[in-house]
Amino acid sequence: MAKRQIYMDHNATTQLHPEVKKILTESMETFGNPSSLHSFGRQARHIIEEAREKVALFIGCEAEEVIFVGSGSEANNTVLSMLMCPSEKCSCGSMGKVPHEIITTSIEHPCIMRTSECLQDKGVPVKYLSVDKYGKISLDELKESITDRTGLVSVMMANNEIGTVQDIKEIAKIVHEKGVLFHTDAVQAVGKIPVDVRELDVDFLTLSGHKIYGPKGIGALYVKKGTPFCPFIRGGHQEQGRRAGTENTLGIVGLGKAVEMRKKEMADEEKRLLEMKSLLKKGLEEKIPDIRFNGHPTDCLAGTLNMSFEGAEGEAILLYLDEAGLAVSTGSACASGSLDPSHVLIATGIPVEQAHGSIRVSLGRENTMKDIKYMIDVFPDIIHKIRNMSSAYEGE
Amino acid sequence: MEKKWNEWVYTDKVKEHFMNPSNILEDEENYTDDGKGIVGNVKCGDQMMMVIKVDKERNIIKDCKWKTYGCASAIASTSVLSEMVIGMPLDEAYHISPKDVTKELGGLPEHKIHCSVLGDKALRAAIDDYYERNGMEDKIQKEEARIVCQCMNVTDHEIEHAVLDGARTYYELQERTKLGTVCGQCKDEAIRLLEEYKKKHFDE
Repeated sequence: MAKRQIYMDHNATTQLHPEVKKILTESMETFGNPSSLHSFGRQARHIIEEAREKVALFIGCEAEEVIFVGSGSEANNTVLSMLMCPSEKCSCGSMGKVPHEIITTSIEHPCIMRTSECLQDKGVPVKYLSVDKYGKISLDELKESITDRTGLVSVMMANNEIGTVQDIKEIAKIVHEKGVLFHTDAVQAVGKIPVDVRELDVDFLTLSGHKIYGPKGIGALYVKKGTPFCPFIRGGHQEQGRRAGTENTLGIVGLGKAVEMRKKEMADEEKRLLEMKSLLKKGLEEKIPDIRFNGHPTDCLAGTLNMSFEGAEGEAILLYLDEAGLAVSTGSACASGSLDPSHVLIATGIPVEQAHGSIRVSLGRENTMKDIKYMIDVFPDIIHKIRNMSSAYEGE
Repeated sequence: MEKKWNEWVYTDKVKEHFMNPSNILEDEENYTDDGKGIVGNVKCGDQMMMVIKVDKERNIIKDCKWKTYGCASAIASTSVLSEMVIGMPLDEAYHISPKDVTKELGGLPEHKIHCSVLGDKALRAAIDDYYERNGMEDKIQKEEARIVCQCMNVTDHEIEHAVLDGARTYYELQERTKLGTVCGQCKDEAIRLLEEYKKKHFDE
């Protein structure tokens, strides 16, 4: 019997949309350097610019405001590292003018966290905004934190671990009232919830291909026209001199198709995922004692469900689920190779032991109600088995 | 050996013990132990309890049961350890090291070694408890920590822990323990211990 394999880890990555697969296969023949003037180059340039139009249309901006990059991490590194732009003599011509201080949150993706720490080591002051028990930042704390020295505020739109969605529009308004630049890491948001950069009024926005059924190794950075910018990767004149390196034609084309498909499928899918998540939540809650759910009850990504189990450790849960054919992720320290559990869960104030026993289910377009029912069937026995041998579980 | 996609991060032996652990303490109320040890802390992600029954004539462990809160390697190492010690003389069991357990499991990924160190500690605590209950305190070997770095108050135990948690260089050791960050006089001794513990836990 073929082993059942059900993927429920869509916040980690997704499988390619069939339409993306198709266009990738077709585009493989297009090998020209998009910078070349001859017909081979022009052909590649053409499909790249088509994809750029699609991305721009999807997030509500102009094509020239979209820069293709290698990943969401690269986009985020690019924005934050601008604060290190050495002087007004820099070839970018616009920096050295942005004040030298960053405000971000305590629940960002590691690429923002590590870059912030690195900037801190180099002398750039960084403030980390706290979050409430649902993972939301406080607008008052944000207001109080911004000073004359603040050059950039970066707040992620939707959290990868708990799915909590911030009020980006409100946040951007506050930041702009103080005359400060605003960036949002929207890797988990774009393609899952409506994102319009003009409506949100952000200066920078990060998105990624592989979280929305596009290829890996491709992301995009929106930079509002007229905003100061300094490239992270210098070299050729690609991407208007903002990101050097020969374009990843296939990745770009795949991302273009991915957002085009999201535009068509996103709204219906969100409804479906919400139904599945609420069934799953109800089913597990009924059958498993001492379970708690993390993240915001309503302002949350439709497919993301983060939960903690008393007396059961996350890596053990993950591996038993994997044996049953269910792929999920955990915020436990043991699965990360570090000794600390998820910084996001800890920031929401949950006890450390609950963070060690956390599991994230992230549903996506190919999941069905059948998958949910199967999970509700097998999950309680797994928790029971672990708790039965646990020295830290008193219940049952 | 060629790696296949469906191979686990752990060995087959680890997987076997994780999927079907032996000697779990099922009926705690009705189990009369001769010695019991609990070590670790749920907050740190690992906690272990071991109970033993002793053949008092022959000083041999005749039964061993356990409960553990932890990841797959913690569960598997406790399970395999319980199998190893049943029928073993107390003296011998007392000196089982994490390396013996890891070896029995066919190895563990390096960053998971620290998950296996609780088992032998819990076992030693259980044997100590047995000695205490039977007026054999003289057999208890107190592991007294020795301060290596006077400025930051760092002990040899903490250095050993840091090595188990992944410190391989003097710099990494400093990152984890802050030792030698004030006067630096302990550097040579710390490096000697670092090498000793690396050898103890990671060399075959």
